[in-house]
Amino acid sequence: MRRSAFRRSRGDGPFRFVSTGAGVILLAVMAAIGVFLIIKAIPALQANTAHFLTELTWSPNATEPAFGIGSLAFGTVLSSFLALIIATPVAVGVALFISHYAPRRLASLLGYVVDLLAAVPSVVYGLWGVTFLVPFMLGPSKFLNTYFGWIPIFGGDQVVGKSMLTASLVLAIMILPIIAAISREVFLQAPKIQEEAALALGATRWEMIRMAVLPFGRPGVISAAMLGLGRAMGETIAVALIFPATFNISFRILSANGNSIAANIANGFGEATEVGRGALIASGLVLFVITLLVNMAARLVIARRKEYARAAA
Amino acid sequence: MTVQTGIQPISAGRRVKDRAVQVLVYLAFAVAVIPLLSVLWLVVKNGLKRFDVEFLTHSMRNIGARDAGGGAYHAIVGTLEQVLLASLIAVPLGLLTAIYLVEYGNGGRLSRIISFFVDVMTGVPSVVSGLFVLAFWVLVLGMSFSGFAGALALSILMMPVVVRSAEEMLRLVPNELREASYALGVPKWRTIVKVVLPTAFTGIVTGVMLAVARVAGETAPLLLTVFITDSINTDPFHGPQMGLPLYVFDQAGRPTDTAIDRAWAGALTLILIVMLLNLVARLISWWRSPAKRGS
Repeated sequence: MRRSAFRRSRGDGPFRFVSTGAGVILLAVMAAIGVFLIIKAIPALQANTAHFLTELTWSPNATEPAFGIGSLAFGTVLSSFLALIIATPVAVGVALFISHYAPRRLASLLGYVVDLLAAVPSVVYGLWGVTFLVPFMLGPSKFLNTYFGWIPIFGGDQVVGKSMLTASLVLAIMILPIIAAISREVFLQAPKIQEEAALALGATRWEMIRMAVLPFGRPGVISAAMLGLGRAMGETIAVALIFPATFNISFRILSANGNSIAANIANGFGEATEVGRGALIASGLVLFVITLLVNMAARLVIARRKEYARAAA
Repeated sequence: MTVQTGIQPISAGRRVKDRAVQVLVYLAFAVAVIPLLSVLWLVVKNGLKRFDVEFLTHSMRNIGARDAGGGAYHAIVGTLEQVLLASLIAVPLGLLTAIYLVEYGNGGRLSRIISFFVDVMTGVPSVVSGLFVLAFWVLVLGMSFSGFAGALALSILMMPVVVRSAEEMLRLVPNELREASYALGVPKWRTIVKVVLPTAFTGIVTGVMLAVARVAGETAPLLLTVFITDSINTDPFHGPQMGLPLYVFDQAGRPTDTAIDRAWAGALTLILIVMLLNLVARLISWWRSPAKRGS
């Protein structure tokens, strides 16, 4: 309909050109991010004396630079998955609360309260984490270590507050709003007619949700969780303040282990030499590629279902 | 009054399960709100200690980590300039892209690709946008660290948010308005400028403010592009600047109580700015929402 014939005006061509150009610039920026990161990463990678993908240590500023993404990538993936495991059930609960449990008139207000969690700047979470959560987590961590120490991840002899678990908890808080917001939108779009049919047949509220809402919402929740995963992986400042910044691979999440690609960039940038900066850019490239893949996969899941189109915005 | 139906009462097991889930769902909401309350409470409580006139009007020049006093004036000025510059770049580009997607794209191949990558772009980690500007602007082009470099990094984070919200608002504009305008012989571009944009204006403003609020709190890209300074630098194009989030990060990394107090006061200032932007944006959208909200 919008293509209907109308008189062409002299302004139309340029206006169309400019707005198309803006869209193309956006694509160009995405491409440029990849290209320029590669350009500045190559010299550092050539100077590297260790294997970039497997080396654990990070000393790019030495006279014989040796650095690798190994331990950083491990820490990034472990902390993000822990955050996801903590955040997803809570987020789904919050989404159900707002979509199906909370009183109608309060629902949008309560949704806004949860959205506020996303408005708190990352650095404030970092400050809160370092001064409040780190000492606070010492107690629960010791409890887990004492009574559940037989589970390997809770084992270990020394238990500290500045641990992988604390960092993952902060990440979980930060990704909760996005998972909750998308899940909520998806749950709200579950076919009303099926919900009413389930209730009319005598289902309890939970049975109705299990039969009519959750199956409909599952792909949406999965992609929301993946978007959250991408966020958690790229989160920088909050975890940079909390991670103990070690360079090893350990599953002991209560001990002083943990680092991530993004946190290492923030912490290492100040004293980085020319090669050091290149090395950080190389690690950023790895992060960019990983988050790109995670996000594209999540978006494809959402895009496959037309009903979700609005929820993803 | 007793109507005999053949329906059995709900069995105890099903009732218990239903109740249990309800409790869990309420609990999930409480669990989600606790950190928010904790953060806000501590920011207000600890931030008020140093949230005074000196904090808002002085920089950190010649003030060591142990010294009391000092303030965030240089950081506030820096943040305002950086966010303003970032908006000047991101809003026109984002708005034009949204116009392309809604008015000219027609669901064609290019518009689908752009739309997909706008979504993907929202997931670009903030630290990566900082690294990109570092690599491109500072290392390849040889420009210095400056507030403008920070603004470039922030604009990359802002653009997809602006595109998405503006796109949504433009799609809410009824087609009848466009058709009425065409029927009067108004060319398409004037229809967009004079009819579509004004109709969607409040919604777009809301989206822009939310985008501003999002980037105003970003630290990582600034860390890599504007560097850190303790002095006032009102020129965003030359030399290192400071930003409020960066100030909080910098002070939080120093091990003295006076520095931590300054970090909290900085956090309070930052939260006030961000929350204010958020609140005003929501109020505008609530006040003049084109489609009745409340779903």
